[in-house]
Amino acid sequence: MKTLITLLFITCCLNSQAQTLTLTPGSAAPAIKLKNINGKTVSFADYPLAKGFIIAFICNTCPYSKAYEQRVIALNNKFSPLGFPVIAINPNDAQISNGDSFTDMKTYAKSKGFNFPYLYDEGQVVTSAYGAKSTPHLFILSKNENAITVEYTGALDNDTPDTDPSKIKYAEEAVNALLEKKKPALAVTRAIGCRVKWKKS
Amino acid sequence: MKSCLIIITLCLAGAGWLKAQQVQAISVDELNTRISVKNDSVYIVNFWATWCKPCVKELPNFHRLEKVYKNDKLKVLLVSLDFPAEIDKTLIPFMKKTALTNTFFISDKNQQEYIGKIESQWSGSIPVTLFIKNTKRHFVEETLTYKELSRYYKTIQQ
Repeated sequence: MKTLITLLFITCCLNSQAQTLTLTPGSAAPAIKLKNINGKTVSFADYPLAKGFIIAFICNTCPYSKAYEQRVIALNNKFSPLGFPVIAINPNDAQISNGDSFTDMKTYAKSKGFNFPYLYDEGQVVTSAYGAKSTPHLFILSKNENAITVEYTGALDNDTPDTDPSKIKYAEEAVNALLEKKKPALAVTRAIGCRVKWKKS
Repeated sequence: MKSCLIIITLCLAGAGWLKAQQVQAISVDELNTRISVKNDSVYIVNFWATWCKPCVKELPNFHRLEKVYKNDKLKVLLVSLDFPAEIDKTLIPFMKKTALTNTFFISDKNQQEYIGKIESQWSGSIPVTLFIKNTKRHFVEETLTYKELSRYYKTIQQ
């Protein structure tokens, strides 16, 4: 018992890296109002016709996130016309993560041909509200008249090196289910990747 | 010609030896069996990858802890999550450069599945570190300084 208390104590004291719980499917999706790389603010209200959203926490610096960015572009190409646009958010603190500043984001998005908003999360408020843990970490949301709801959280697929033809495309399957007015069969997977770089408290 | 062949053979054998010494394949079941032995040893298992900068930065802390407590019953295992295709290309050259030992890579293919088998509360981000002694188990999903690492070690050791 003593050990447990000590462990809890040091966990609290050592916890300079913010630990927030990842939202579970069924939760209301917290509002987003963040600055895009083009200088304009983006929020859900900018998409009156959307049926939902694919929120992708990605960054400029994590090799695991980079391995997925072409697949994020492909998701947007496929699902934006069907009412599920991608909105990407960089969750990392720019002071801690060298290469993730707002200026770096503009250059990076241009060089990679991002075809979706790439938002700067000043103060990591949205990252914290969603409980994003790593890059990449996806949150798929559904939208109906009066609510935006978290439906899926986790990885884009189960094949990061992109070499397995029989991979399971978690994100695509989740959006396809929502398009058919069903719940995703698999609503939570692990977001394998680089831990979010939290501002030191 | 003959001596050339001998040299080539020796080089190949040497490379194989180095690989065996520095990086070993381990399945998640084997790993779980290994760290659940109840023998008063403290097992510290760090999960990392060459592509993860904070992981690479904290690796020397584990090396230092092993050295400082070399007379303790302490076993540090460094488990790499590098992709199979990266083992020869990236991981082994990295290990040669850093002179780290006790490094493993997971031979299971399905990362989504095996991460849950190692620790159910693991979100998937790295680095993470497991501290185990007999039935005591503490999972830390954080980057550790040497000071933090040694405090977690001393706590689980008590």
